[in-house]
Amino acid sequence: MNKLVEVKNLKQYFKVGKGQVVKAVDDVTFDIYKGETLGLVGESGCGKSTTGRTIIGLYEATGGEVLFNGLSVHRKKSAKEAKELKRKMQMIFQDPYASLNPRMTVADIIAEGIDIHGLAKSKEERMNRVYEMLETVGLNREHANRYPHEFSGGQRQRIGIARALAVEPEFIIADEPISALDVSIQAQVVNLMKKLQREKGLTYLFIAHDLSMVKYISDRIGVMYFGKMVELADAEELYRNPIHPYTKSLLSAIPHPDPETERTRKRIIYDPSQHNYKEGEDVRMREITPGHFVYCSEAEYEKYKAMHS
Amino acid sequence: MEKVLEVKDLHISFDVYGGEVQAVRGVSFDLYKGETLAIVGESGSGKSVTSKALMRLLPMPPAKIKQGQILLEGRDLTKLSEKEMQRVRGAEISMIFQDPMTALNPTMTIGKQITEVLLKHQQMTKAEAKARAIELLDLVGIKEPALRFKQYPHQLSGGMRQRVVIAIALACNPKVLIADEPTTALDVTIQAQILELIKDIQKKTRTSIIFITHDLGVVANVADRVAVMYAGKIVEKGTVDEIFYNPKHPYTWGLLASMPSLEHGDEELYSIPGTPPDLLNPPKGDAFAPRNAYALKIDYEMEPPMFQVSDTHYAATWLLHPNAPKVEPPKVVRERMKKFEALTKDRGGEKR
Ligand SMILES: Nc1ncnc2c1ncn2[C@@H]1O[C@H](COP(=O)(O)OP(=O)(O)OP(=O)(O)O)[C@@H](O)[C@H]1O
Ligand SMILES: Nc1ncnc2c1ncn2[C@@H]1O[C@H](COP(=O)(O)OP(=O)(O)OP(=O)(O)O)[C@@H](O)[C@H]1O
Ligand SMILES: [Mg+2]
Ligand SMILES: [Mg+2]
Repeated sequence: MNKLVEVKNLKQYFKVGKGQVVKAVDDVTFDIYKGETLGLVGESGCGKSTTGRTIIGLYEATGGEVLFNGLSVHRKKSAKEAKELKRKMQMIFQDPYASLNPRMTVADIIAEGIDIHGLAKSKEERMNRVYEMLETVGLNREHANRYPHEFSGGQRQRIGIARALAVEPEFIIADEPISALDVSIQAQVVNLMKKLQREKGLTYLFIAHDLSMVKYISDRIGVMYFGKMVELADAEELYRNPIHPYTKSLLSAIPHPDPETERTRKRIIYDPSQHNYKEGEDVRMREITPGHFVYCSEAEYEKYKAMHS
Repeated sequence: MEKVLEVKDLHISFDVYGGEVQAVRGVSFDLYKGETLAIVGESGSGKSVTSKALMRLLPMPPAKIKQGQILLEGRDLTKLSEKEMQRVRGAEISMIFQDPMTALNPTMTIGKQITEVLLKHQQMTKAEAKARAIELLDLVGIKEPALRFKQYPHQLSGGMRQRVVIAIALACNPKVLIADEPTTALDVTIQAQILELIKDIQKKTRTSIIFITHDLGVVANVADRVAVMYAGKIVEKGTVDEIFYNPKHPYTWGLLASMPSLEHGDEELYSIPGTPPDLLNPPKGDAFAPRNAYALKIDYEMEPPMFQVSDTHYAATWLLHPNAPKVEPPKVVRERMKKFEALTKDRGGEKR
């Protein structure tokens, strides 16, 4: 399989106050293959959004690099190259209310990128493209001249998706695209994203908290904790055989839509001090079973390996 | 059981350019001391508008309470002056908002925002308030609370901001806590901690909670009772077991069928067909009828009343009328019903 995105030893530190530093992303390495969906889950504040934003080039990286189609995202680029990269990587945001300009019509919102990138040669071509996008996401051409506030949350999220798709990207980062929607609309949006992936060969980085949805949409899942990637595996495998204690704790915390189960569910609490890593110890991602990586020390590696093979 | 809050036939509209958006169209429910009532339902069905009305936080105009009462321990909140309401708000009844960004002041440190509430409603010195604020931050699971105390909202992640909002709402031990999607932005472990925290505080203080969420797993975890809203109305209400194991309204069936389970394969997810009704011109009859595979002819003509299923369980669907044809609910719902039968066999409860 071809790698579309390679994240190598990525670091993103923020200075806060006097001399204090938040290591939002701290030496994270992973690949995203062409045509796959990589799910990203983890504690709130662990650096998922920052990872997404740094990949897409919204932030300069503090360290490490991100390759897109083999070329560094953060390298010096000509204006033309920069624009092209901007087109190929798109982001869908969590909040469909805040991310659409209330004073622009739906047509202008969707066509903004088309205009910037000069993807339409005439007014007519531009509108046809807008109509095509609206239909792709299950809206219709009558919606083109309306304003965002006239739409429900789910419809607005579709407008956001149409806007991202209009410039024919290869890679979409969806940062909690469905959290604010009711379950039926969540299902609609996820079905749509899957359909578009099949039809257009899109690659997704899907950030979310709803683990049953993440499992449903993702091919592989990465689990982050406090700026680090701690586990990465096929979606099924991760749920069936979680290895890192944080992942186990995360899975045990999923609430089930079943009151009887909820009354008796026992949560596993994760205590990070249990690792007892020594100063300077070589802790990193290691492959326990094929394709299943866990952040661990040499000693933990031996232990995990013995337990899982 | 002691009623803390009674909402009676509440109607709320917004005056907009094209006419009147009838956002809430006759909502009634009771809230008992120490219980958690979950409100679920479609995006745009009026959950947030209802809860903001309880806090008297709707902008009027364009909003107006057209009809109905909101009785907090017998006192009608719709009749209070703004000055009287200020003493109620934040102290007797407080709210955790859906959007943590708008709930926090971006130009003020986290610490200042918490201490401000404490100083306003409780007799404390500045130093006591600071100590209590750091304690509250710690309580809601924020690491390094003393450092965070000095930071501004934009320096925190979405989830951390929401925990700050929760800390503020809990600061004064309110009688009624309205939580509008308080954990949507949080990961499941923090969510579980927050839910445990809220339940814990509830046990100690017997606070009554209205919990609005889209996450039915969370509902199953926290709720004693559940109200399901569609197009400005409560279409079904009952105990958490009744709603999850013996739902009667086709909209509730649709919600329960839309969720992927962890065992879900690769097939498409079910989603309720069609689009929600236009509340500028609510349809005649049952608003859900055009999207309802089980709709009867009468649904297009007359709104169904609330039919009683048990002492605690009500649903507004003509399917419960004695003359209605017997219908087969979707498979996932039938499986839930089977589970319910097994449950009630041991316990003796609601019959179908
Ligand atoms: N602009 C910024 N300045 C300072 N610190 C920041 C900034 N943006 C993020 N951070 C910090 O970086 C860390 C990671 O934040 P991020 O938003 O990436 O988390 P997240 O995993 O997306 O969380 P959530 O699930 O809550 O959205 C947090 O500690 C946050 O406070
Ligand atoms: N200021 C306003 N002007 C006009 N209509 C409004 C206004 N505020 C809310 N509405 C309408 O009132 C209805 C109910 O909105 P509300 O925010 O209560 O929905 P909700 O059930 O909380 O949805 P969600 O689950 O998406 O949060 C919607 O149709 C909405 O468009
Ligand atoms: Mg985030
Ligand atoms: Mg709402």
